[in-house]
Amino acid sequence: MIPVNYYVALSAVLFSIGALGVLIRRNPLIIFMSIELMLNAANLAFVAFGRSFEIQSGQPFFGGQIFVFFVIAVAAAEVAVGLALIVEIFKTKKNINIDELNSLKG
Amino acid sequence: MTSDLIVFLVLSLVAIATALGMLFSRNAVYSALFLVLNFVTVAVFYLLLGAPFIAMSQITVYAGAIMVLFLFVIMLLGAENLASANTLPWQRPLAAILSLVLVVESVYLIISRAQPGMDISAPEASLNTMDSLRAMAMTLFDKYLLPFEVTSILLLVAMVGAIVLTKQEKGEQKS
Repeated sequence: MIPVNYYVALSAVLFSIGALGVLIRRNPLIIFMSIELMLNAANLAFVAFGRSFEIQSGQPFFGGQIFVFFVIAVAAAEVAVGLALIVEIFKTKKNINIDELNSLKG
Repeated sequence: MTSDLIVFLVLSLVAIATALGMLFSRNAVYSALFLVLNFVTVAVFYLLLGAPFIAMSQITVYAGAIMVLFLFVIMLLGAENLASANTLPWQRPLAAILSLVLVVESVYLIISRAQPGMDISAPEASLNTMDSLRAMAMTLFDKYLLPFEVTSILLLVAMVGAIVLTKQEKGEQKS
């Protein structure tokens, strides 16, 4: 028997590691990977809460899993467009270091 | 200490270690491979939570498709090692402190507000049969049909967007 809080705490730790990755890394690809990590942490919490509800109510419940399914689909779409953008930026600027992508700076 | 708890603790250790490995690898390819391992660990968590379909889609979609796309782009752009430019000196320590605060605060809140009796036991064998998959499909195509169709449109738009973004314009010089 594992309390549901353990799963949610693990999810919080993974989410924070992802947030730290977005803040400290300068490679946009790794920032993207950190975002994927944060999405995954949220998915873990969804499934854990869904399972907990299922056990408490005593009948099958798939809401949590179906929401995770949609999140996975959205993540796939996001990665396709995001990586296409990164490739395009690399083709025009020959550089993808986010510190040097400051063309919009006034 | 039950065997459930031991499995959970070992797996969460692996998950956190691979997440940190992803974060602190110098080479972006190593980061991607660490992240694949992290996704597989999360898939095992889904199995422990009685969600075999989600576990399998996690492995095929995340660890398979998305990470292959990442590795492909990393190697295409040669972005394994980016030279660090002039960064703000206080940014890294500040980010580390802020995320440490986030971890401590959220874990403290989650543990201290724990409600007794919300325990998750290992799934029964019946959860890993076709019946549970059939029931989930019935829910997906019955109650959640509209979101499902919207998702297909979203994927179509993403596909068209990716093609439009990377397409060479007519008359544009090939660089």
